[in-house]
Amino acid sequence: MNPNQPPPPPKWPNRLLNRLIAPHLREEVLGDIHERYALRVQRLGERAARRTYWREVLAYVRPGFIRCKPNQYPNPSHTDMLRNYLKIAWRNLTKSKAFSAINIGGLAVGMAVAMLIGLWIHDELSFNKYHQNYGRIAQVRERGIREDGRRYSNTSLPYPLATELKTSYQRFFKHILIANDPDEHILTADQTKLTETGRFIEAGAPEMLTLTMLKGTWAGLQDPHSILLSASTAQALFGNADPMGKHVKINTDMDARVTGVYEDFPHNTEFNGIKFLAPFELWTSVNPWVKEQQWNNWFLSIYVQMQPNVDFAQVSAIIKDIELNKIRHIEDRQEQVARQPQIALLPMSRWHLYGNYYEDDKGPVQMVWLIGLIGAFVLLLACINFMNLSTARSMKRAKEVGIRKAVGSLRGQLVGQFLSESFLVVSVAFLVAILLIHLSLPWFNNIAAKQLTFRWTNPYFWMAGLGFILLTGFVAGSYPAFYLSSFQPVKVLKGTLNSRRLAVTPRKLLIVLQFTVSVTLITGTFVVYRQIQYAKNRPIGYDKAGLLLIEQKTADFKGKHALLRSELKNTGVVFEVAESRSSTTGITMWNGGFWRKGTEITCPNGCGTLPVSTEYGQTVGWQFVAGRDFNRAFSSDSAGFVINESFAKLLGLTNPVGAVVTWNPRWRKAKTYTILGVVNDMVALSPYESAIPTVFFLEDNYNWINIKLNPQVSAAEALPKIEAVFKRLIPTAPFDYKFADQEYGAKFAAEERIGKLASVFAFLAIVISCLGLFGLASFMAEQRTKEIGIRKVLGASVLNLWALLSKDFVFLVLIAFLLATPLAYYAMSDWLQKYEYRTELSWWIFAASGAGALLITLLTVSFQSIKAALMNPVKSLRTE
Amino acid sequence: MRRSDLGEFEEVVLLAVAVLSPRAYSVVIAEELERETGQTVSTGAVHAALQRLEQKGYLRSELGEATPERGGRRKRLFTVTALGGRVLSEVRSVRNRLWDRIIPQTILKWS
Repeated sequence: MNPNQPPPPPKWPNRLLNRLIAPHLREEVLGDIHERYALRVQRLGERAARRTYWREVLAYVRPGFIRCKPNQYPNPSHTDMLRNYLKIAWRNLTKSKAFSAINIGGLAVGMAVAMLIGLWIHDELSFNKYHQNYGRIAQVRERGIREDGRRYSNTSLPYPLATELKTSYQRFFKHILIANDPDEHILTADQTKLTETGRFIEAGAPEMLTLTMLKGTWAGLQDPHSILLSASTAQALFGNADPMGKHVKINTDMDARVTGVYEDFPHNTEFNGIKFLAPFELWTSVNPWVKEQQWNNWFLSIYVQMQPNVDFAQVSAIIKDIELNKIRHIEDRQEQVARQPQIALLPMSRWHLYGNYYEDDKGPVQMVWLIGLIGAFVLLLACINFMNLSTARSMKRAKEVGIRKAVGSLRGQLVGQFLSESFLVVSVAFLVAILLIHLSLPWFNNIAAKQLTFRWTNPYFWMAGLGFILLTGFVAGSYPAFYLSSFQPVKVLKGTLNSRRLAVTPRKLLIVLQFTVSVTLITGTFVVYRQIQYAKNRPIGYDKAGLLLIEQKTADFKGKHALLRSELKNTGVVFEVAESRSSTTGITMWNGGFWRKGTEITCPNGCGTLPVSTEYGQTVGWQFVAGRDFNRAFSSDSAGFVINESFAKLLGLTNPVGAVVTWNPRWRKAKTYTILGVVNDMVALSPYESAIPTVFFLEDNYNWINIKLNPQVSAAEALPKIEAVFKRLIPTAPFDYKFADQEYGAKFAAEERIGKLASVFAFLAIVISCLGLFGLASFMAEQRTKEIGIRKVLGASVLNLWALLSKDFVFLVLIAFLLATPLAYYAMSDWLQKYEYRTELSWWIFAASGAGALLITLLTVSFQSIKAALMNPVKSLRTE
Repeated sequence: MRRSDLGEFEEVVLLAVAVLSPRAYSVVIAEELERETGQTVSTGAVHAALQRLEQKGYLRSELGEATPERGGRRKRLFTVTALGGRVLSEVRSVRNRLWDRIIPQTILKWS
């Protein structure tokens, strides 16, 4: 043939053929046309050869050449190998049951925590979304700056604001609804009496809130004598009978007919717990004073629904100066003007997380993000641990890889094997996590005060779960899959593989990180519990044991006090009875305007003014610092004050008893009072804040009856007798009572919740950290098997070896402790800042958390290190 | 044996394989046929015919050596099987018998 190199044929017909021709024919076909081309070039020249080349190429475009040759062998069925993989995976799991359980369990716990937190965050963020007009509803608020410089945003508004909005700004709104505050009322239907929380609101409410009506329509509140009941209330009042059109008495003075039944508001709505809605007009018809109120009484809520074409900010800007413009020129409202009140709309989407009274308090939002962060962190740590533990174990399987390769496994098959194994284990963990959630959800709901439900039917949840399984499975399986499968079988089987190359530093970093978090959380839990305990131990200024509080919900209580008192005392189970305006755990009357010798006594945020009856001090157990209690013997006591210590401090007198104070709150006649006595501060509001300066005086303006039980009689014995008296004297009202100690205990609920959550998280963090530690310890012990064997042969004792293996970890935990201490100190002193009455951060709290972490570390590590140290050196040295 | 088993082009290709044996592969066959018939014959057509003949069992093939003109690719060498040889001679004898029966005057008229 031609010894000279022939010019190469055109390239891209080649490419076409390469693409088209069946693989088994490619060689001969391409060879043929190239040879033919070479011959043609020789004979006819290059140009002619090129011209005919195309014909040659196209001649091959026929089915005979394009069709692939049917495979000589049938497709091998993979199921045999797959079954083998599953079997090997199962054997590997069961070979070390405890280890597998820890590994899968750890990951499952991490996933469960993440999912629970996900549900919680979803619940927080979807608050109020139950209402279909969610995006168009807002609450009117008054924003301003308090005397102490803090910015506030108040939902209680003066009545004229509502009329002003309705007369001048109606065009922006579809609904403007006035409502009173939620309050307990007595509902009476025939013989059934119930005390339920409800609101009086204007007629557009059902439509604005898109109530799900089970009976009746949204127009149900049009009639001023109507009432809408929640399904649960209707059930409680009427049983299974049809409630429609039935008569219901609200308290003792309002008559209404049931015009509808709505589905109870779900737990994650602002209106949750509102058991009935009644027309605002019904309330004002028996409370005519409401409509006479001016700009100086804040007691109403106003809800609006926007017209479709306007947005919140735009309208807020227009209405912001309504109040200021009205009060600017009223002489005695200058104090109010100084607060620069601005009217603004708060969209429904922001009610739950941004609806604080103090605008700068970002607590709820921060809580959501913080918890979300913790969830992500727990999950991340659990994943990394899972990978670490898996890879630490996978070193054992190097030989399996060697044998598989020697027998003929391709690398791709090994990768597939390890990845599928890892997916399998992660899926098992996922199932366990779902089981865990199922079991722990009621308990979590309990401590988080939520009603979360697991969203079985939500496709996003399953998609997220699947994505997570794939991701974790891939990452956890990638090390054995890609690293182990790259070994040379000869080296693995000869045992010359050097596994020391595996990075230990990242694992150590991880341990430090995990323990930093754990120690921080332990310290945090400690501090939260200490703070709660500290506040619980605070002297509260009265005796809450055996103190019964009964609210006078109806007018029927009026004028019956003397009778009640004598009847109750006659039962013998009651020590004393007294009336008051507020319960011992609240202050409902705030005022200023105290003057002494021509100078005003300024109350920074208002002083409590509490009308009480003469025996109040004896009933609640006042502790006198100076002076005396009210006494029926002195009729002049009606112009007397009993003050608490805080108020005495405001007065600034060494001996305030006998001092004369003028009280002129402007809305009532100025009157002069003599100070009779000084009592210890009573903790009426938050046990974490300093006490409110309060004056007590005799005035028939009471809402509560306080009953001190006879200390010799048990409550169970006393209650039926007391109830009998109430039933006899005031038959219209149900006998609803509260125990002062329970009411007081409820003030700690929020902090106790934080404490419980923090302790749960601290526990989980410790568990997960220990898993990481356990993985690293077993990994290290594995690697040092021979070293330990040689050391033992040379005479090292078990104690020596234990110390050798454990000291690394102790060192890591010490570093973590050093990192965590300032972190925890900073975070917890910041947290404590918001409590005026707070515990100290003493050094021993940190020391105790550190010692606890160290102890747990030693326990975890010792398991591995003692096991390694006890191993028979003959066995560990004779591996080949 | 059915006639349709051997097309005209196939017959020629089969003959060419017999002629060029043992070095018969699509390129030389195509070149040979071109030379003999004076018409362009693409290797593709030849190759396709060879494939069909092999399928029918008249040919067998094996991979031969590679040459630089082929870009280092091997060629597929074809040889006639015993069955292929019998078919060829049968076709030939049919033709011969027919030829023999043509009266000489007729042949003279054509030429």
